[in-house]
Amino acid sequence: MRSANIVLLVSVFLASAVEMVEALTVVVAVGVTRGWRSALEGAAVALTTLAALVVAIGPALVHYVPLNGLRIAVGALLLVFGLQWLRKALLRASGLKDKHDEDAIFTEQVAELKASARPAKGRDSTAFAVAFKGVFLEGLEVVVIVLTLGAADHRLGLAAVGAGAAVVVVAGVGAVVSRHLAGVPENAMKMAVGIMLVSFGTFWAGEGVGVHWPGGEVALPVLVGVYAVVAWATVSVVGRGERAGVEVA
Amino acid sequence: MSLVRRYGSAFGRFWWEFLVGDTPELLLGAALVVVVGAVLAHQGVARPVVVAAMPVLVIALLGASVRRAQRAGRPPRRPGG
Repeated sequence: MRSANIVLLVSVFLASAVEMVEALTVVVAVGVTRGWRSALEGAAVALTTLAALVVAIGPALVHYVPLNGLRIAVGALLLVFGLQWLRKALLRASGLKDKHDEDAIFTEQVAELKASARPAKGRDSTAFAVAFKGVFLEGLEVVVIVLTLGAADHRLGLAAVGAGAAVVVVAGVGAVVSRHLAGVPENAMKMAVGIMLVSFGTFWAGEGVGVHWPGGEVALPVLVGVYAVVAWATVSVVGRGERAGVEVA
Repeated sequence: MSLVRRYGSAFGRFWWEFLVGDTPELLLGAALVVVVGAVLAHQGVARPVVVAAMPVLVIALLGASVRRAQRAGRPPRRPGG
């Protein structure tokens, strides 16, 4: 398997897994508080809608948009996206920002859902809507990643497989450990995804504007390595500065 | 019409938050990286420079954004002694 394909599959899988863990927190909160039927229905409808978006938009992107223009647009979008994820992960890893706390989010969601009235019989539209919105909004980022990474290299199927695998794995693991989501190393995963998205963004934007990367797609894992070293160095330097500031204070 | 305008506004707000959020420098910086890469690639600049330019600019952009966040998180200095 080409190195670019492996990096693409891992990127999509990890990105999808991170977003699905966040979506799972919402679905579990709804299921535990208001009942599983509406929670699972809302989640299922959201996933179906997201899959339909990929099927509707993906092939059109690949067939009708000129390749260089697509790579420039996709590359720039991946750069923005990846830098946002990576920046947030770096700030959390170096202590400048609180880590994403799934337990706190779960507790907050449960409190909100308990506060609103539940119908005596029939479907619980509030539960359905909350589960749908949670899965749909988190999944939308996954759709953007699947479409951009898949379309730039005409590997839409492979990207979709990576996302689908993550949904299955997270749903399966989530069914077992649903209330212990805080144990998932979310920040480490987000940092890895951020590094890979920035690498893909740099590579594809460069290809689109006419940069000839040495070794072609071999440059992709090299970019991943360079950005990983920079991320590690940033966390070390910024984290050390924050700890020194706390000691002085 | 007001329903269309409401949904249009919500759609626009969603994409603004998605792409810009509280880090407008990343959107502008990414655009600049692509433009600089295009200019260098088509101006006959030496290949090693062209290849290195985009990653170097991305790293600089990330560093500037983290530094901005670091400064924003610090309490303001008190004047005098």
